[in-house]
Amino acid sequence: MFGHQQKNVQPAVDERTQPWVEKYRPKTIDDVAAQEHTVSVLRKALSSTNLPHMLFYGPPGTGKTSTILALARQLFGPDNFKSRVLELNASDERGISIVREKVKNFARQTPRAQAVASDGKTYPCPPYKIIILDEADSMTQDAQGALRRIMETYARITRFCLVCNYVTRIIEPLASRCSKFRFKPLDMSSTSTRLAQIALSEQVQVTNEVISALVSTSAGDLRRSITYLQSASRLSSSTDPPAPITLRDIQEIAGVVPDEVMNNFASSLGADSIPSIFSKLEKQDFDTIRQQVKSIMREGYSAAQVLSQLHDLIVQHPVLTARQRSACALAFGDADHALCDGADEELWVLQVALRVNKAIS
Amino acid sequence: MSLWVDKYRPKTLDELSYHEGLTTRLRSLANSGDFPHLLVYGPSGAGKKTRISCVLRELFGKSVERLKIDQRVFLTPSKRKLDVNIVQSNFHIELTPSDVGNYDRVVIQDLLKEIAQTQQVDLSAKQRFKVVVINEADLLSRDAQAALRRTMEKYMSNLRIILCANSTSRLIAPIKSRCLLVRVAAPSLEEIQAVLQQVAKNVGFDLPPEASEKIAEESNGNLRKAMLVLETLKMQSKDLNSPLLTIPKPDWESYCHKVADLIMSEQTPAKVMEVRGKFYELLSHCIPPTVILKTVADRLVDKMDESLKADVMYWAAFYERRMRIGNKKIFHLEAWVVKVMSLYKVMCTSIY
Ligand SMILES: Nc1ncnc2c1ncn2[C@@H]1O[C@H](COP(=O)(O)OP(=O)(O)OP(=O)(O)O)[C@@H](O)[C@H]1O
Ligand SMILES: Nc1ncnc2c1ncn2[C@@H]1O[C@H](COP(=O)(O)OP(=O)(O)OP(=O)(O)O)[C@@H](O)[C@H]1O
Ligand SMILES: [Mg+2]
Ligand SMILES: [Mg+2]
Repeated sequence: MFGHQQKNVQPAVDERTQPWVEKYRPKTIDDVAAQEHTVSVLRKALSSTNLPHMLFYGPPGTGKTSTILALARQLFGPDNFKSRVLELNASDERGISIVREKVKNFARQTPRAQAVASDGKTYPCPPYKIIILDEADSMTQDAQGALRRIMETYARITRFCLVCNYVTRIIEPLASRCSKFRFKPLDMSSTSTRLAQIALSEQVQVTNEVISALVSTSAGDLRRSITYLQSASRLSSSTDPPAPITLRDIQEIAGVVPDEVMNNFASSLGADSIPSIFSKLEKQDFDTIRQQVKSIMREGYSAAQVLSQLHDLIVQHPVLTARQRSACALAFGDADHALCDGADEELWVLQVALRVNKAIS
Repeated sequence: MSLWVDKYRPKTLDELSYHEGLTTRLRSLANSGDFPHLLVYGPSGAGKKTRISCVLRELFGKSVERLKIDQRVFLTPSKRKLDVNIVQSNFHIELTPSDVGNYDRVVIQDLLKEIAQTQQVDLSAKQRFKVVVINEADLLSRDAQAALRRTMEKYMSNLRIILCANSTSRLIAPIKSRCLLVRVAAPSLEEIQAVLQQVAKNVGFDLPPEASEKIAEESNGNLRKAMLVLETLKMQSKDLNSPLLTIPKPDWESYCHKVADLIMSEQTPAKVMEVRGKFYELLSHCIPPTVILKTVADRLVDKMDESLKADVMYWAAFYERRMRIGNKKIFHLEAWVVKVMSLYKVMCTSIY
């Protein structure tokens, strides 16, 4: 179908055109930022070359996929990687029969160790194969159930590593067969250290203010903060001479609603961030609030972002009573749930606005 | 003959009016060689699709505009055959999940792998990667979104994805984490007016500022709507200079207003039946149920007493959500109408 194409060429990796998230993907487990506990356990496993079945879970961009790939590479080296590691992810067909078939075929070929690899290093090459089931939370319950048997049947020569965001979506009998590793959202200092390293090797000038904006807007998702940094640096280097990266650049890239817009919105709900003795907390009329909501939504900000920033303002509000705060909290909770159900963003931002206004007037 | 919205749609980043800052950002990304995956989001008619085409043009040059349509056959896991029309150039491919229905995962999976595993060998190509544009990405099923995740990482050297969506809340977090989010705000009143004036100039007629202002105000930030209205007025050879110029409303909108009026006229089972008839009519014309509900609600709160407005919207949000989860849209529309009628009736009787 693509006249100018040729099939199945292995992508040649060009460093210059590689997005930084891939370029700076950890190559060894020691290169993984934060996640100290996981790394130290895995380091032991690496030296003893004995591996349990594993379950990695945690939010996006915290290093799960990187860690298991790095570990596998360190165990088997470049030559044996293909024959010893099977990666199945959500983009692969993962019905029960297919998984069984693939694993069966893969596990049947008996592993052969090979001491010195083509790159001159020696790898442990333990006598088993690793099967990585990435994004395992999107597997059906049935497929997971079938996996139990498969794991037992081939226990002698395979180790499974399940990777997922939500550990609760993995059925208990499967989860209980694995050692669990929780990947935490990256803490501030690990994120900023990592970002600073990348900035240094890419020769981008960043201020501490910019780094801390990257840290706070990405909420522990390192992948996201690296993407923001790269896009900000492209923007800054597009002018001649390069313009310095500003706090506002980062906020714009991250889709953060500007403070003045949020403060305006909050005060139209009667929740001024700096309440003066003159501003009574009074009930605003419906149309003012509706207009505010419409104009914010027209700007295209995501409802989740607007609500989370409004939430911050309410939580930090100096004079609200506990009862008022609770009423607001209920509204935020309902809206979050509704948005997850795919409900209309404008209707729910409006609902929260009206309920907040009612609660604090 | 094409409509003005198509005929005067900007083709290059340089031709884009408004949001200059965003245009600069997109240009710098397109020229950097390490273009990321994008998630372009914003309200309807804000110009997302237009901007995406301009980016493609910047990435690949003019030949990206040479489109062809391919019929492809995909096989579902249950071995059913699926015929899908696919729009593509030599450098990119466009997909709209709603064309594929429940099997969007299969199509995405097969198509992306195929593209991912082939490499651009056209030496004149400006980029090594191909772009897959996914329209209405917020309608992708969860399975289809999950199928995108690893593919987006593994095959990044051959493949970039541009997702286009009205809102980001229906996209799963791992997808958002893999994209650069690009917000396209609706153009302001002045910006819409400027585009309208430019169109008038290109067509070759005089557009009085009062008329363009009126059209812009009625458009709710939707540039497509504004341009369509302008063309309709011109086609009907309305006197654009007249101070009495009224902006024509689409039929479905007047119909929704009638529903609101019915609700307020009388709160009886007979009226509920009548409203149901109108809802069926609207739905059968493919007006999305959420749009129906919001339009009726907007009209209601414009007319109702202050004390009821918040309640009407509260229940609108409540039933719209149920509608999303539920199957029978009409049930929830009707439940909301009954709720509103009863609130209204209680208020009316309590006054006397
Ligand atoms: N702990 C970490 N140390 C170093 N880099 C990291 C870490 N976590 C994430 N990254 C960066 O983010 C990118 C994505 O990480 P990775 O693929 O491991 O995330 P993940 O946890 O598997 O996320 P998802 O749940 O979305 O699949 C990596 O290429 C790397 O650049
Ligand atoms: N920057 C611009 N300058 C001038 N005209 C524009 C611009 N952006 C969009 N338009 C016009 O507005 C029309 C609608 O834009 P477009 O189709 O890109 O909107 P959209 O955001 O994709 O909307 P939807 O979400 O409803 O699909 C286009 O046909 C084009 O004529
Ligand atoms: Mg992963
Ligand atoms: Mg569009």
